[in-house]
Amino acid sequence: MKTIKTGNEAMAEAMRQINPDVVAAYPITPATEIVMIFSQFVADGLVDTEYIAVESEHSAMSACIGASAAGARVMTSTSSQGLALMYEMLYIAAGLRLPIVIAEVNRALSSPINIHGDHSDTMGARDSGWIQLFSENSQEAYDNIIQAVKIAETAKLPVMVTTDGFIISHCTEVIEMVSDDEVKKFVGAYKPARFLLDIKNPYTLGAIDLQDYYFEHKRQEAEAMRNAGKIILDVAADFDKKFGRKYEFFEKYKLDDAEIAVVCMGSASGTTKVVVDELRSKGIKAGLLKLRVFRPFPYNEIIKELSSVNALAVLDRSDTFSAYSGPLFTEITSSLYTSLNSKLLTLNYIYGLGGRDISTEQIKSVFDDLAKISQTKKVENLINYIGVRE
Amino acid sequence: MANLKELSKKEELFTGGHRLCSGCGAGIVARQVLIACEKPVVIANATGCLEVATTIFPYTAWKVPWFHSAFENAAATIAGIEAAYNALKKKGKITEEINFIAFGGDGGTYDIGLQALSGAMERGHRILYICYNNEAYMNTGIQRSSATPKGANTTTAPSGKRSTGKIQARKDLTAIMVAHNIPYVAQTTLSFHNDLIPKVQKALAVDGPSFMNILQPCRLGWGYPPEDTIRMGRLAADTCIWPIYEVENGLYKLNYKPKEKNPVTEWLKPQNRFKHLFSPGNEEIIKQLQEDVDKNWEKILSNCNT
Ligand SMILES: Cc1ncc(C[n+]2csc(CCOP(=O)(O)OP(=O)(O)O)c2C)c(N)n1
Ligand code: SF4
Repeated sequence: MKTIKTGNEAMAEAMRQINPDVVAAYPITPATEIVMIFSQFVADGLVDTEYIAVESEHSAMSACIGASAAGARVMTSTSSQGLALMYEMLYIAAGLRLPIVIAEVNRALSSPINIHGDHSDTMGARDSGWIQLFSENSQEAYDNIIQAVKIAETAKLPVMVTTDGFIISHCTEVIEMVSDDEVKKFVGAYKPARFLLDIKNPYTLGAIDLQDYYFEHKRQEAEAMRNAGKIILDVAADFDKKFGRKYEFFEKYKLDDAEIAVVCMGSASGTTKVVVDELRSKGIKAGLLKLRVFRPFPYNEIIKELSSVNALAVLDRSDTFSAYSGPLFTEITSSLYTSLNSKLLTLNYIYGLGGRDISTEQIKSVFDDLAKISQTKKVENLINYIGVRE
Repeated sequence: MANLKELSKKEELFTGGHRLCSGCGAGIVARQVLIACEKPVVIANATGCLEVATTIFPYTAWKVPWFHSAFENAAATIAGIEAAYNALKKKGKITEEINFIAFGGDGGTYDIGLQALSGAMERGHRILYICYNNEAYMNTGIQRSSATPKGANTTTAPSGKRSTGKIQARKDLTAIMVAHNIPYVAQTTLSFHNDLIPKVQKALAVDGPSFMNILQPCRLGWGYPPEDTIRMGRLAADTCIWPIYEVENGLYKLNYKPKEKNPVTEWLKPQNRFKHLFSPGNEEIIKQLQEDVDKNWEKILSNCNT
């Protein structure tokens, strides 16, 4: 069914169709709408979720963790400072292998305070053991949330699905929704193997784990994350078969024969596609790799796709204040370094912090830089900032 | 009144073999609470002595479903568990009646966990939150908390040449919980099992949140011989340092009135943490402590209308 939805509406609708057992959440711009819309669904009896309007994001994630450990299917939503306040609990959710799903709306982190969309919040949680799926638009946000439930429960790992604050969360788009019944069938019933409310089989969860076991448990968690890659692809294949929309680790946009290419995540991919089309019409072999799965990072698969590329620009919508580049660039270049393609000319662009707009002209100039570099074979500025007054 | 003979026949759901200090009151609290439970129970435990010493992987002292996620969030965690229970019960996936109890130390309750506790109480979850109150952060090595009494020597409020230990009086958390207008609030110590056990049963029977503040003598942090734990709790009650009372739907009731109100020094003297107060020059602190205790006792008596 075709319908018009903002990113927040699309995510809330997906949550309604999933009808989780428990949602515990705390409002924060630009994710507030998701919990507002969802609480109306609860109030109107459209879902039979236990909704807990907690007093903070820390308690939201704590309650989600309790509920998930108790055997419930659990979701929440947050953004920015909210995700940061959950930080301690994110690691605990992942370490206890609880399949919680967050609808996370990307937003800049304070300070200075800023409510607009960049990826700093999600990147801050990149090593917490959560699977991270990025969405280009409302459609993908909707589809990703539905898939996330299945991925989480199969991988026994929590999943965050992101949209870019305001750019996706508050802009209306036409999306194709699946029927309630089909979503219900797709996600199926949640049957955890062990859960606290199974009082006939009591068990201790969250025990103290000292030098003699902690390392093994962490090793298992790392392995679970590696195994999650295949699960993500399987769920996507199933989704494609049922609903006819194809998802993978990333989308290759005119990448197969590209000589110059951009890697980016989230809403900037749409803008980049426009530029790629324009350049292609002029006979320039430009391409895009739009990353959907940032965690687990599909390094092998990415590198394989870059074999024909001479020069590559990695666009980061967040900065790091101590590493030598944006986080996505670090991932890509370290993957390249250990592969045969370590000679690929790469450069990093930090853009869009605090929700600053990125235009087609700016992306075009990135491709211009790439064209120049692939001729001169020289990278002058490794790290670049787009659209900032220096 | 709890019938000791009947209770002694119940299965022990909190087993021996844990690694709490010998004479630790926290284990006694946990054991008495579980003996009190008549329905199946799920426990959430905050980080602290009770948690670390009873669940060293792959061992556990708990024969009931037990969960720990972090230090400051036992209330939010048990709220999530209770919400899951309500959801699964509504959907017919669970049929049993289950009770929910959170344990937190005074640090995890009075200080860092107060927000989560207040939130959970205000939202009205059907849970019992028990603070086993040993008056300091014991697990990290006897640091002061806002439950630590004035004058106590702790590792972050040490007594010294220019210090007489903790300067501030303790916070009245039980009163804060009463102010939440929840159906049941109680204060007791582990020294009165026939007060503690019925209180747990009352708390679990109410349709809403309940809170118990249980004074737990800590032989290590307080500095007394392990065999004296029960005596220390009694001294606290007999000196009126720790009044034994309950508040049911806003109505106060005194549950224990010492035959004779003993001076606070009787409680202070056997404890190492107050030793410095008996050096010359520190009489004023003891006087202040006595005044604070008297004032509080009068307040409780008047609240209880006795
Ligand atoms: C966020 C956070 N801060 C600090 C700690 C370290 N910590 C663990 S237990 C504890 C003190 C516990 O004290 P209390 O709640 O009184 O329980 P007790 O140890 O006395 O049983 C502290 C400070 C922690 N685990 N988490
Ligand atoms: S330090 Fe105190 S509270 Fe902790 S185990 Fe020892 S006696 Fe018990």
